[in-house]
Amino acid sequence: MTPPDDSQWPLWEVFLQPPKGEPHEHAGSLHAATAEQALQNARDVYSRRGEAVSIWVVPSASITASTPDDMGPFFDPGNDKAYRHPQFYKVPRGVRVF
Amino acid sequence: MAPLFPYLLRLADDRLVLGHRLSEWCGHGPILEEDIALANISLDLIGEATLLLKLAGEIEGQGRSEDALAYFRDAIDYRNALFAELPRGDFAFTIVRQFLFSVFSLLQMEALTKSANADLAGIAAKAVKEARYHVRHCAQWVVTLGDGTEESHARAQTALDELWRYTGELVMADDVDRDVANAGLGVDPSTLASAWRAEVDRVLAEATLTVPQVTYMQRGGRDGKHTEHLGHLLSEMQIVARSHPEATW
Repeated sequence: MTPPDDSQWPLWEVFLQPPKGEPHEHAGSLHAATAEQALQNARDVYSRRGEAVSIWVVPSASITASTPDDMGPFFDPGNDKAYRHPQFYKVPRGVRVF
Repeated sequence: MAPLFPYLLRLADDRLVLGHRLSEWCGHGPILEEDIALANISLDLIGEATLLLKLAGEIEGQGRSEDALAYFRDAIDYRNALFAELPRGDFAFTIVRQFLFSVFSLLQMEALTKSANADLAGIAAKAVKEARYHVRHCAQWVVTLGDGTEESHARAQTALDELWRYTGELVMADDVDRDVANAGLGVDPSTLASAWRAEVDRVLAEATLTVPQVTYMQRGGRDGKHTEHLGHLLSEMQIVARSHPEATW
């Protein structure tokens, strides 16, 4: 993920939890030499205006990601299997407002 | 009548001058993330100074605003400790200074939350939260540099050696400090000295840095006797406001 001529510190991915109870969401990435430093940098770069109640930092190298080549076979197979989509249910009238 | 006005100037000027020194790093930080962190701390300090100067102007009762006090006082009327005005040096110097100051500032502001002046207590409550983070950030860096490579250790130790003889003025008390402390408005900084030293020693030990043997502590800033560095700093900080007085934007 990191280009070989990158003279920066290791890359970390930052996840913020907006208010309590919500799931952590990916906010971006940053450089840091240690986990504690990554946490502090995340606070300064992504959460200065009280955006988060909790921060996760993860070394970018620890993330296993799908590749663009996966696009077709990985994500498409469900479309011809109509029974996988919840479209055969009648929505009760009371729920319709949502 | 307790001398609250000169006392507030000391609190404000330490933060304004040090905040300006930190702001000199803006765009020159060793790495983007640390550049932002230093600018953040700088803005916190300048924000605290703004509130303190505003309060000082009200206490003085001469109609001077926070801007008037920041931009239209000369070096001789500034009351910051010499510690704050020393040039920013290298990154190690900046970090070691900020660490030494932030530990002191946290203790000072914690104590000031009990000030009989409600405005000052309120400013202190805000500053405590900021100072706590400054200590955490800088202490981590002091350990990283001190207990790092041969070069980073040497630079951090050199910074500590240069800075130490200026730390005495932070925890030195005179009549102004004692009078505001007796009136329940302020804090006698000498009462914070042992707690400051204990926390500093704890982090320096972890950073494998050694406190230098210093017999004489520099002083003078609290009485307006500054080094040549403050004049240069103020000329840069004040030039726009003085060239265009009354300007708004």
